[in-house]
Amino acid sequence: MRFMMIVKATSDSEAGVLPSQEQFDAMQKYNEELVRAGVLLAADGLMSSSNGIRISYPEPGGKPKIMDGPFTEAKELIAGYTLIEVKSREEAIEWALRMPDPHGFGQGEIELRQVFEIEELTNNDDLLAKETALRKQVKEQRQA
Amino acid sequence: MSVSDTHRTIDAIWRIESAKLIAVLTRIVRDIGLAEDLAHDALVIALEQWSQNGIPNNPGAWLMTTAKRRAIDLIRRNKLRDQKYSEVARNTDLYTEDDMDHNLDGEIGDDLLRLIFMTCHPVLPQEGRVALTLRLLCGLTTDEIARSFLAAEATIAQRIVRAKRTLRDRDIPFEVPAGEELSDRLSAVLEVIYLMFNEGYSATSGNQWIRPLICQEALRLGRVLAEIVPYEPEVHGLVALMEIQSSRFRTRVNSRGEPVLLMDQNRAEWDQLLIRRGLKALDRSQKLGRPFGPYSLQAAISACHAKAPTAPETDWIRIAALYEALSRVLPSPIVDLNRAVAVSMAFGPDFGLQIVDMLGNESSLKGYHLLPSVRGDLLVKLGRFDEARKEFEHAASMTRNERERELLLKRAAECNSAH
Repeated sequence: MRFMMIVKATSDSEAGVLPSQEQFDAMQKYNEELVRAGVLLAADGLMSSSNGIRISYPEPGGKPKIMDGPFTEAKELIAGYTLIEVKSREEAIEWALRMPDPHGFGQGEIELRQVFEIEELTNNDDLLAKETALRKQVKEQRQA
Repeated sequence: MSVSDTHRTIDAIWRIESAKLIAVLTRIVRDIGLAEDLAHDALVIALEQWSQNGIPNNPGAWLMTTAKRRAIDLIRRNKLRDQKYSEVARNTDLYTEDDMDHNLDGEIGDDLLRLIFMTCHPVLPQEGRVALTLRLLCGLTTDEIARSFLAAEATIAQRIVRAKRTLRDRDIPFEVPAGEELSDRLSAVLEVIYLMFNEGYSATSGNQWIRPLICQEALRLGRVLAEIVPYEPEVHGLVALMEIQSSRFRTRVNSRGEPVLLMDQNRAEWDQLLIRRGLKALDRSQKLGRPFGPYSLQAAISACHAKAPTAPETDWIRIAALYEALSRVLPSPIVDLNRAVAVSMAFGPDFGLQIVDMLGNESSLKGYHLLPSVRGDLLVKLGRFDEARKEFEHAASMTRNERERELLLKRAAECNSAH
């Protein structure tokens, strides 16, 4: 199963302050550990939201609204992500716990989210049956 | 954290750490079975202590230190029976956390490599190699392995016990083979990994088409190996092949669980992340500047499909050429059969049929359902439906996969209605 470890933005990351050499080295070492364990799929750091664009749909069925960054609420923003492929939720948590504190001054936050997947990465019969039922339901709803 | 939470967490830590523990312990005690027992002992101690005191900050180092202490205690308890053991004991310093970090890339990588050369040793039967590798390097339980192979747990347990005994009785050294032996032994390792992957990718019996746990394990082990021996192009070739094939998992069967042929798959649903990873691995193989070996060639063929935006845009001429190259480094009637398909796509079904007909007397293909299946396919393209139907029916009687049989019988029926 796949999990995304989302590193939340901080006032520093939003201000474009680069991580210290020490933090950078720790993160690099961690990424190498993920690679050597064969679990890393992808990892990227994002530029601050001042470089971002937000597209929203305030009116149902209406035209999109386009807004340029920066966006204010740093806690709601993300600064980077790491996508891993693991065998269990616990393994994902264990890897997330091993990630160094991404910012190091009290604002560091990592959010772990599971990626939606279909039957290809499981052999759990219950899960397969549920997935099949869900698909059928969605299909029927579409046809209705 | 509740006791069961702690147990699940420890399971996860075990999965991350067990291969490294067993590898390092095997170096100390020189016996795979004993090393596994010692690693398990450390795990039992962890279960006791962590349930009470919480999980330590660096659980991997904790397990390693505990396991090494047990190993050294054991050696001492055996009263340093001979000089060899006492030397081992003297030379084995306990790891501190710093040492652990320091050793992650170098020494432990080397130990893992020695371990995999041992579990894939040619003295073991193929199924013993697979079971032992899944157990010791992938950290799967006997039960998980048994379920993946639709075998009884006792059967797998016995395979593992026998394999360990053979390694001990034959005194197989814990080492990376040197010189000319290296390339043969590395091939044996890659073969085991690819066998694991294929076993998961296409079930050869039973009615379950996809059994992906061991697929994922094979891919993960391949990725691990690529970091330990980055200078071996075929390791990257194998990783590339598995990444690209994995990118098609979700399109290989339809919602009714029936197989979907490559050319009919919905390419929009191919996993682009895995394709990119596969192409990158293939690039790493190529950059090493040696002629492509069998895995890199197969990956290059797979890459042709992955890169074609639509089925008709497939570069069949390149694929036919790659199969030609593959048939030279890996002469096999099955490769020729695939070459026949590629040639028919590139230059027309009659050219493909010529190759297939040359394979008709190949004894190793007797009982291989894809031969009549491919022949049937080419005959359909040539409008020879009666002959095609017979081939599909013949193929259906040969396959052990129920879903595949259904598909072949459906194709046979289509030949009747094509008139």
